[in-house]
Amino acid sequence: MPLLEINSLTVDYPTRVGTVRAVDRVSISLEKGQTLGIVGESGCGKSTLGLAVIRLVPSPGIMTEGSIMIDGTDIMRLSNNEVRELRGKVGFIFQDPMTSLNPVKRIGDHFVEFIRTHEKEVSRQEALEKTGKILESLGILRERTTDYPHQFSGGMRQRVMIGLGLALNPKLLIADEPTTSLDVIVEAQILELMNKLKKDYDLTLILITHNIGIVAEMSDLIAVMYAGRVVEFGPTEQIFENPLHPYTKGLLESAPNILHPERSMHPIPGSPPDLISPPPGCKFHPRCPHAFEPCPLREPFLVMKERRFVACHLYD
Amino acid sequence: MQTERGRIIVQLIPQFVRLSKRGMAGWTVLIGSVIVVAVVGMTLLAPWIAPHNPIAINVGPIMAAPSSEFPLGTNHLGQDMLSRVIWGGSMVLQVALISVAMCVAVGVPIGLLASYAGGNTDKGTSLVMDSIYAFPGLVLAIAIAAMLGRGVLNMSLAIAVVYVPSYYRIVRSQVLTIKELSYVEAARALGAKSRSIILRYVMPNVVPSVVSVATINFADAILTAAGLTFVGLGLSVAVPDWGWDLTYGRQLLPAGAWWVIAFPGLMIVLLALGFTLIGEGLSELWSPRLEQ
Amino acid sequence: MSLRSYVIARVLLTIPMLLLLLTLVFLITRVLPGDPVLLHFEKQAKPEAVEEFRQRLGLDKSLPEQYVDYLTGVLRGDLGKSMQDFSPVAQQIFSAFPATLELAIFGMIIAVVLGIFLGVRSSRSYNTGEDHVIRTFGIATYAIPVFFLGMVLQLVFSIQLHWFPSGGRIYPGSEPLGLNLGGFHLATGLYTVDSLLEGNLSKFVQALRYLFLPSFALGLVLCGIFIRLTRTSMLETLRLDFVTAARARGLKERTVVYTYALRNAFLPILTMMGLQFAALLAGAILTETTFSWPGLGRYLVDRIAFRDYTAIQGAVVFFGLLVALVSLMVDILYAYLDPRIRL
Repeated sequence: MPLLEINSLTVDYPTRVGTVRAVDRVSISLEKGQTLGIVGESGCGKSTLGLAVIRLVPSPGIMTEGSIMIDGTDIMRLSNNEVRELRGKVGFIFQDPMTSLNPVKRIGDHFVEFIRTHEKEVSRQEALEKTGKILESLGILRERTTDYPHQFSGGMRQRVMIGLGLALNPKLLIADEPTTSLDVIVEAQILELMNKLKKDYDLTLILITHNIGIVAEMSDLIAVMYAGRVVEFGPTEQIFENPLHPYTKGLLESAPNILHPERSMHPIPGSPPDLISPPPGCKFHPRCPHAFEPCPLREPFLVMKERRFVACHLYD
Repeated sequence: MQTERGRIIVQLIPQFVRLSKRGMAGWTVLIGSVIVVAVVGMTLLAPWIAPHNPIAINVGPIMAAPSSEFPLGTNHLGQDMLSRVIWGGSMVLQVALISVAMCVAVGVPIGLLASYAGGNTDKGTSLVMDSIYAFPGLVLAIAIAAMLGRGVLNMSLAIAVVYVPSYYRIVRSQVLTIKELSYVEAARALGAKSRSIILRYVMPNVVPSVVSVATINFADAILTAAGLTFVGLGLSVAVPDWGWDLTYGRQLLPAGAWWVIAFPGLMIVLLALGFTLIGEGLSELWSPRLEQ
Repeated sequence: MSLRSYVIARVLLTIPMLLLLLTLVFLITRVLPGDPVLLHFEKQAKPEAVEEFRQRLGLDKSLPEQYVDYLTGVLRGDLGKSMQDFSPVAQQIFSAFPATLELAIFGMIIAVVLGIFLGVRSSRSYNTGEDHVIRTFGIATYAIPVFFLGMVLQLVFSIQLHWFPSGGRIYPGSEPLGLNLGGFHLATGLYTVDSLLEGNLSKFVQALRYLFLPSFALGLVLCGIFIRLTRTSMLETLRLDFVTAARARGLKERTVVYTYALRNAFLPILTMMGLQFAALLAGAILTETTFSWPGLGRYLVDRIAFRDYTAIQGAVVFFGLLVALVSLMVDILYAYLDPRIRL
C-alpha cells in the first residue's frame, strides 16, 4: 500500500473577485522510502498541495474535492486533535528559514516543546538530550540550544528547521522550497545533508521546488505541475531522458545545461494563466508550440505512456 | 479652488448613497449618521415636541418613577425628565460645535503653514503642540475652564485648546508626505507659488483626514463637556443640560431614583457613539487596512 | 545608538517639554483674564484683607517674579499654598496620590486584561459576527462617560444588589497599617499592598471590594483601545511564517496563539499602556468623584468647589509632571525591550 495517496484533490480559494482553483484534481501516489519532487513555476499550486497534506491550507482556502490517504487513513475525516497528532508524524519544512522560527523562543525550546507536545511522557531533560543529539547530527554545536534564532545564520536556521522536521522520526517529510532562500554554497550543503538524512532515517520525502536541478539529483519520482494540474508524473530518469509533455520539455530547455553550454536556453513564451478564469480546455495550450484542435476544447487527462503518466492530447 | 470644493461636494453625495454597499465601514457611517441626525433633530425640534417646560418646577410629583403621564419620570424638583432630555442636548451640542470649529480654524492653518515652512518653525510649533498633546486632556480643560469661568464660549475654548494638537498633527503628517511627492516638486520647479501649492495639492488630501478627526473630536468634546459639568464647571443651572441632570441626579441614586440619570446619560452615550461611529467608519472607508 | 545614549537624549528632550508644560500652566492660571485672588473671593472681601491674602501667597509680586518663584518652587517640590488654609499644596497632593495610583493601576490592569482577551478572540474570529460585536463593544465603551458608567454600576451592584460598597476606599477605621517590625515601618499608601504587608487578609479583601467598582468603570471605558490594538497586532502576527510553522508541528492552538503570536505582538500593547496613562488620570478624576474615592481627582474637584486657585494650579502641575515622567519611563522601557536598539 502506498504511504501517500492523493486522489483527485481540488483546493479552491474563494475571493471577492472569483474563486481561485489552486489545485485541480491532482492524483499522486508515493511508496514508502521514495522521494517525490514536485516541480513547477510560482503559483502552479505546488505549495498549496504540500500544505494540503497536513491540512494547513491557509484560509480562505478549502479542499473541495478528493481525498488524501496517509498510511490508509483518510486525513480529511480526522478531527482537529487527530490532525495535530498527524502533524507530529508528517514533518514540514518551510521555505524561509529567517522567518520560520519564533524570535522570542530559544532554539532548544522549539524542540522541547515539539517533542513534549507529541510524546507527553518524555521529560524536559530527556527532550533536551534528544535535541542536543539531533543538532549535532546536523552539524550544530550542542551548546547552541540556549541561543535565539537571530543568533543563527540562514543556513543554520534551515538546518534547525530540518532538525525539527525530523525530531519525531516522521513517516513523511515535506520540504517546501527548502533551499530557495539560501545561497548556492549553503544550498549544496543542505542538499547533501538531506541526502544523508534520507538514508539515515529511511525517509519518504516530498521535495517541492521550482528548481529542476535539485529534483533531478534527489528524487525518484517527479510530478510536474502547471496551473494546479499535474501534467506529467513518473520516474525521474524517464522524464529527464524523454520529456513528453510540452511544458516539461519547455522547463528542461529553459534551464542552463552544463553538459551542453553551447545550447541556447529557450524560455517558455507567455505567462502562467489567471487561475480564476483559466483558458478553456488544456490550460497550457496558449503557450504550447504543439497545440492543435482538441487542445482548447477538452482538458487532457493523465494517461500512462512510456512508463510515466502524462496529460496531453498528443498522447491520448 | 471652487472647482476643487465643488468636486469634493459632488463626490460626497453619491458616496453617501453607496455607503450601504461598502461593507462594515459603510454601515458604521450610516448608523452613526442616523443616530446623530435623530438626536440633533430632536434637540432642534425641542420647542415643538417637548410636552412641558423643562425648567418649570413642580410640573409633576417629586421623584416620580416613569409613568404614562411622565414617560421618563420626574426629578427632585418635580421637573419633567422627558422634556429635560429633549432639550438637554442643546448646550452640549453648541459647545461641541463651537470648540470643533475653533480647533479646525486654528489647528489646520497652523499645521499647514508650520509644516510646509519646515525648519525651526516646524520644530518649535511641534514642540509646543506635543507638550499640549501630552497633557491629560480633562485636566487641561479643567484648568482653563476654572480660570475662565462659566459660559458656552469659555467651555468651548477650554475644550478647543486640548484638541488643537490633534488637528495639527494629522495635517502635519499629511503635509510632510505630500511635500515629497514628485508632482509637487515638479510644480515647485515650474515656479508655482507656495500658497497655490498648498491650496491645490495639499488641501484636498488633507480634508478627508481632518473630517475624520473632527467627527471623533466632536464625540470627545461632548464627553469632555459632560465631564466639565460633572466636576462643577458647567454652565448655569437655569439651562436644561444632560450633564447637569447627571450631576444632580447622582444624589438621588441612594433613594433609587434611577431614571434621573439613566436617560440623560443614555443620550450622551448615544450622541457620542453616533459621532464616533461616523468617524471610525470614515477613516476605514478612506484608508482601508488589512484587505485580503 | 546604544541604550545609554538614547536614554540621555530622551531625558534631555524632556526638559524643554517640561518647561513648556510648566509655562503653559502658569499662563493659564495667572495670565488668563481673571485674577485668581479676586475670583476666589468673588468680590466679597475688604481690599486690605485681599491685599494681605495676596502677600501671603506671593501673588502680589510682578508676573515675571512670580514665574521665577513658580519654577524654582517646582524644582524644590513646592507647589504653592492652598487658598483655603495656606497649607502646602504639595503635601496635600502627596497624601492623596497613593489612592489615585492604586485606582489607576487596577483600572489599567482591568483595561489591559479585558482588552487583550477580547482582542485575541476578535482576531481569531476575523470578520465573523463575534469579531464585529467585539469591535463595536470596544467603540461603544469609549463613548460612555466614565462617571455615568460608574453611577450605573453603583446603582446596580451596590444599591440594588449590595455586592459592593458604593463609595469610599475602606470601612472607616480599617485602614491597612503596612509593615511594622520593631521600629521599621513601611507603608505604600496602596491599601491592597499595605494590608498584605500587615498580614491582614480581611483588610485585603475589603480593600479589593471597595476598589472593584471604580477600577472596573475605569478599565471598561479604556479597554476599547486595547481591544483594537491587540486585534490589529495579532492579525499581523498570526500571518507570520513562524506561526504557520508552529501549527505545522501540531502544537496546540492555545500555545500557538499565546506563546507564538501574542508574545510577539505584545510590545505595542506595552507602549500603549504608557500612552494611555494620561487618559487614565483624566478618567480617574471623574471616577473618584463618583465613588467618593479620596484621591487626587477628588482633591482637584474639591479645590474647584472652594475656588482654591493656587491649589488647582499645583494639582494641574503635578498631573502634568506625572504624565511626562511616565511617558519618559515608557520610552526608555521600549528602547530596552526593542532589540534593534539593545543589540
